[in-house]
Amino acid sequence: MFKLSKAILAVSLSALSLTAMAQSLPGVGRTALPKEIAAWDIDVRPDFKGIPKGEGSVALGNKVWDEKCASCHGTFGESMEVFGPIVGGTHADDIKTGHVKALWDGSEPKRSTLMKVATLSTIWDYINRAMPWNAPKTLTTNEVYGVVAYILNMGDILPSDFVLSDKNIKEVQQRMPNRNGMISELGVDAEGNNFKKDQKIKYDMWHARGKGDIQAKECMKDCIKKVEFTSTLPDYTCTAHGDLSQQNRFFGPVRGVDQTLGCNPHPSLAELDKEYNTPYKAKPGAKLAVVSITKPASVEPAIAETTGEDLIKQYKCTTCHKMQGKLVGPGFNEVAAKYKGNDKAVSIISHNIKNGIGMMPPHGHIKDADIKKIAEFVLTVK
Amino acid sequence: MSNRYKPGRVIKAPENFIDSSLSQAITKDGLNEERRDFIRKSFVAASAAIASTAAVAKAAAFEGDPLILNHTDYDQTLGLPVASNPYGVPSKYETNLIRRESPGLTQVGGASVAFAPLQGLFGIITPSGLHFERHHQGWQDMDPAKHRFMVMGMVKNPKVYTMDDIMRLPSVSRIHFLECGANTATEWGNVAVPTVQYTHGMVSCSEFTGVPLSVFLDDVGYDKKNAKFILAEGADGSGMTRTINIENALDDVIVAYGQNGEMLRPENGYPLRLVVPGVQGVSSVKWLRRIEVGDMPYGAKDEVSHYVDLMPNGMTRQYTSIQEAKSVITSPSGGQVLVGKGFYNITGLAWSGRGKIKAVDVSTDGGRTWRRARLETPVLSKAFTRFNIDWVWDGSPALLQSRAVDDTGYVQPTINQLREVRGTKSIYHNNAIQTWRVADFGEVTNVQVK
Ligand code: HEC
Ligand code: HEC
Repeated sequence: MFKLSKAILAVSLSALSLTAMAQSLPGVGRTALPKEIAAWDIDVRPDFKGIPKGEGSVALGNKVWDEKCASCHGTFGESMEVFGPIVGGTHADDIKTGHVKALWDGSEPKRSTLMKVATLSTIWDYINRAMPWNAPKTLTTNEVYGVVAYILNMGDILPSDFVLSDKNIKEVQQRMPNRNGMISELGVDAEGNNFKKDQKIKYDMWHARGKGDIQAKECMKDCIKKVEFTSTLPDYTCTAHGDLSQQNRFFGPVRGVDQTLGCNPHPSLAELDKEYNTPYKAKPGAKLAVVSITKPASVEPAIAETTGEDLIKQYKCTTCHKMQGKLVGPGFNEVAAKYKGNDKAVSIISHNIKNGIGMMPPHGHIKDADIKKIAEFVLTVK
Repeated sequence: MSNRYKPGRVIKAPENFIDSSLSQAITKDGLNEERRDFIRKSFVAASAAIASTAAVAKAAAFEGDPLILNHTDYDQTLGLPVASNPYGVPSKYETNLIRRESPGLTQVGGASVAFAPLQGLFGIITPSGLHFERHHQGWQDMDPAKHRFMVMGMVKNPKVYTMDDIMRLPSVSRIHFLECGANTATEWGNVAVPTVQYTHGMVSCSEFTGVPLSVFLDDVGYDKKNAKFILAEGADGSGMTRTINIENALDDVIVAYGQNGEMLRPENGYPLRLVVPGVQGVSSVKWLRRIEVGDMPYGAKDEVSHYVDLMPNGMTRQYTSIQEAKSVITSPSGGQVLVGKGFYNITGLAWSGRGKIKAVDVSTDGGRTWRRARLETPVLSKAFTRFNIDWVWDGSPALLQSRAVDDTGYVQPTINQLREVRGTKSIYHNNAIQTWRVADFGEVTNVQVK
């Protein structure tokens, strides 16, 4: 008790001194210390506010890339194994215009990071905070500069002997292939300048009550003359998303289509056109359709198995047993060892759990099948 | 105790329960084994319910439904004691409706999406365990006692808050949808996926509890004259960062810890996340650890390389944030089979990032005529609205569509209206009217119409 109140006192005292400046919420929160702010304030803005001092050569970046990035993004940043390509699709002309041609002339079906990204700060900030994906925030500042330089080198934006640093990164921004490729509605462009007058924005997707770019009308009657179909699922996609009968309930107004039995061919657009734009006539052939159903797989729920381990938790056996080592009762690993090689083990243990033994109370309320499951599990514990 | 649903053995197909091309072939060549098989396929699922009714009808002539006449395992045995499931879980019969990945959409599970099973959900609240998932660097289960939240930047007094601090503050509880900007992205060019789970399942709706962000911004004394934007940042590996305008930040943005009456689920940002109502989900930064007040947008990775819209002229729209009005029929919907002719309740969801849903119209004839659906209460701003409408299916081919109108007067567009302005490569913000084709044999599939 004494200890506790002393701890509370200590907390509230320090809180008091730190919150001296706080106005509206007395006693809640405390002033952030300069070192704390520095530790977390890692973002780098398009105007490079926030970028730390440092430098890294293309050569250093090459090394970092081969060791820590290439496994996922490919030797040349081209891989699509884990994510989209980082490098590719940009040309010398794009560096001049600042707008990547492949984004609109269709010459490159995939969109690489270098094709898309307008602001170099974005790449620097992102690698610094999030890459390598499986070990984020482990690169040094100079390694980040280096690997950014190397990515730009792979995209023929920087020469092989380049050293990227906080001093020259603003100039390098002027070589970004898609630096002029963004329309922003925020009144500032990607680099933080006031927005260019010639790019008129005719939509507002930024303010809640703004007006969007598409104005549809609400028609209620005679809205169209005929239904024009433009797309239907290709037949080869039938089983692509698994068995849909298992993705719906097995009761209610509908069932999932059972594709394990096969797929119905999708009608062509022409067939749909005919079906939906001419008066429908019931098909005479339908009368023939007497169908025998044996056991539709679709209506059997895939029930998640309750394991012996689950049951041990459910019935709170763990108040007296641990998996390894003695608690009130023996560790389950010890039980398993004791019964090793005994082919009656399951039935003996089941009997003891059910009826109790020594200090262990009986467990008559647990179903025999569940006790058996538990016993089988206990015997596997190592 | 049997958990198997046992359907009858022999049933007669409802009239017209045959695919049209197939029926032509049948008229010509008769019903051979192969075709018989196709018919079986198309309505084997549907037959389950019909079968039981048919079997019942047959049995009734003798004595009655055995499920009524006989005792059951349930009424003659002792049930489980209280707290057998100290944290309750759904019935074991509900295992089909779960979050699912769309095969081939992404390459690694840590930077991927799991879609919510909208086809079987009711009302407007998404159960927390079924809320869609979208992570960029996996999810973490973070220790709340070690979680810190910092508000800094253009402020008088930058501050750090613990969960103890945050949960002492005045809280609000509000129902809002979260929709990934890329929801329905696969359908920009053509139909690509079979069910509403995969076409629309990157949207969910919860009651979020937390502290208005404005409370914190006031507490630190943000620079009222010069502050224009804030940056929100997560505590996970991706350190997700997003720019939010200061008007929004002061309006209805919540620093949330509660979801549907309990703490947030780890997959949804436990113990702290931002909720930015109406804006694409990526802005509702999970595992929130820092807010920076500034005067310029931040150009984060997911504001430059992704979550931007490529237009046909090669220009890319940045910071397109609002999720405009959208609706979809969730039942009957793609990949389902109607169990027979007759009455159905067409049901679905509508939502708008700009405000409340004013109306939802439903067409069953591919857009020739529309009827007003019933909006179930509550109808809330930037939240799911559930709509229902009666429909009697006469067994003829139908095309089901829904169209939302919000309280700004905005009408949900067709896919072609979107394509005329934005082309087919913009990935994000596809809020087009969805069409479900009901074939005369009862199967529902995804199609697109002009
Ligand atoms: C274990 C696999 C892996 C490794 C190793 C890895 N990455 Fe990544 N990288 C990814 C994934 C996955 C993403 C996408 C994350 C997301 O969805 O936001 C990504 C995204 C990126 C992006 C952003 C691309 C864009 O257009 O959004 C860059 C840049 C990047 N990585 C650079 C690097 C660098 C540099 C390294 C080495 C220091 C590295 N990566 C190591 C998996 C990896
Ligand atoms: C109140 C404490 C307590 C609880 C609760 C308890 N046990 Fe035990 N258990 C014991 C003790 C004590 C023993 C040692 C009995 C002896 O051999 O004297 C034991 C022995 C066992 C053994 C070894 C039996 C043998 O044949 O050697 C198994 C297996 C076992 N328990 C399983 C369970 C399971 C399963 C549960 C939950 C359903 C459970 N126990 C709950 C105290 C407990």
